Amino acid sequence: MSLTARYLEANGIPTLIIGSARDIVDEVGVPRFAFTDLPLGNPVGPSGDVEQQRRLLKAALEFAHATVLPQSSVVLPVEWTGAEDWRESYMSLADPEALAAAGEARRAEQAARKT
Amino acid sequence: MTKAHRTFVSYIDKSREYYAAQGYDAPYKWATHTDAPFTALTKPLSECRVAVITTASRTPNDPLEPYTAPSQPAPASMATNHLSWHKEATTTDDLGAFLPLDHLQAFADEGIVGSLAPRFAGIPTIYSQRRTNRWAESIREWFAEDGVDLAVLTPL
Repeated sequence: MSLTARYLEANGIPTLIIGSARDIVDEVGVPRFAFTDLPLGNPVGPSGDVEQQRRLLKAALEFAHATVLPQSSVVLPVEWTGAEDWRESYMSLADPEALAAAGEARRAEQAARKT
Repeated sequence: MTKAHRTFVSYIDKSREYYAAQGYDAPYKWATHTDAPFTALTKPLSECRVAVITTASRTPNDPLEPYTAPSQPAPASMATNHLSWHKEATTTDDLGAFLPLDHLQAFADEGIVGSLAPRFAGIPTIYSQRRTNRWAESIREWFAEDGVDLAVLTPL
């Protein structure tokens, strides 16, 4: 998505990314980035919280309009009321044996598909 | 409050460690740039035509290519199970959380933005930068036809 933003911007269409993977977007380098520190899947606001989605989207648009330099970003104030350990629980390394087994199973499935 | 580690998740670190733990030794190489292109947004927001780009698909079996679809009425649901997002922590049942077409239509009705573009676009997440640029050109053509002033990208 960040590469798509760069392409559009280089070809005359202003862009705004609203997203939650801050490090990835920062590394790629984009014109305008509104960061929402939420679990991946809900970049515009928590599922079911329409008022917060509207508030964040409006703030992101106002930020986009105020931007005068590329690689501008803003940290939007989010309210997350779901599980507190969402940062730790995503792609958890807590069970290395299960992960190794899942990798083996996936490679076996891919090999089977090729033959 | 003080702490000895950063608050924000590093998805580059997390995904590298996660796939290494699954036995994938060659980590994904992320694109990186120290600069970015820029096109000034010169109109007031209240005159801007705004379009949306998503990483979600319309169906679980969409072809692997970019697509465009009407912004209104917004789709009732989107296919997201094939994407990497935090399925234990949240859901994608509510389109407003990741594809804000109805929010933007409401903003247009309220005069906050000029209008919602007639079409939104979707682009699959792939690992070929060359193909991504080719696909982005399709989206540029659709949005140019529609007179889009600002593209809002909301990757899951």
